[in-house]
Amino acid sequence: MIAPLLAFTLHLEEVLVVGAALFAIGLYVALSKRNAIGVLMGVELMLNAVNVTLLAFSRFIESEQPLDGQVFAVFVITVAAAEAAVALALAVAIYKHRETVNIDEIDLLRW
Amino acid sequence: MIAENGIVIAFWLLAATTIGCALMVAAVRELVQAVLFLALTFVGAAGMYIVLSADFVAVVQVLIYAGAVSVLMTFAVMLTPAADRRNSETVFQVPALVLAGLVLAVLVFVTLDTDWAISDRAAFSATAASLGEAFLKPYVVPFEVASVLLMVAMIGAIVLTQEDEPPPRRQEGE
Repeated sequence: MIAPLLAFTLHLEEVLVVGAALFAIGLYVALSKRNAIGVLMGVELMLNAVNVTLLAFSRFIESEQPLDGQVFAVFVITVAAAEAAVALALAVAIYKHRETVNIDEIDLLRW
Repeated sequence: MIAENGIVIAFWLLAATTIGCALMVAAVRELVQAVLFLALTFVGAAGMYIVLSADFVAVVQVLIYAGAVSVLMTFAVMLTPAADRRNSETVFQVPALVLAGLVLAVLVFVTLDTDWAISDRAAFSATAASLGEAFLKPYVVPFEVASVLLMVAMIGAIVLTQEDEPPPRRQEGE
């Protein structure tokens, strides 16, 4: 039997690990950044990681309707776009009143 | 399982780009550069979607994320000129690092430990038509709800950024 010299394969687990790594980076960014826009970047990274995972399942897992994962991914993108618009509008609105978007300086609701 | 050499190499190159740029988002010390690296991350993720035979989602990703959301974030950075742009961390940096590491460890463990019901189905052919059908037949209610959500978000963003009554603003010397 003649095996090809280079036979790479890609499995579900490898894609999921990439998604998990992206999610962990996003989580770190979202929890640690001082600028509210930086925090939002972390959230967007996490949403992208979720999309990678959804599409990996859609591609590799045995299912009656395998395309549903892609439908979910489109919904995730839609909601993420809405969330980004509102969050950035909030950041700009807060900046107008307080001249800062640092989350550790916005303590209006602290008692 | 995907067995074509070219596709597998492309996936790993794209994965390296995506994760590298995501790390740069966390590492660079300038918020504008972080936004640019975030845009690159989005493009890399779109490439991974293509490898996973999600062509329509990849196009949507480039349009909405790499196009709209990146521009929106750049605008948000530019509209807050006096804010701190050093992309610095709060006191929660170390706990966040620990938590992210733990989450990564758990996810990787679960991924490798689970016995997935793998299908050996071939890649999807062009998905846009089937996705459109799915949106307008079984998923029509969530589809309409998403439309309403986008509408509400748009109105909300406009209301939030609206200039509130000018007289008190003038006194602050703008």
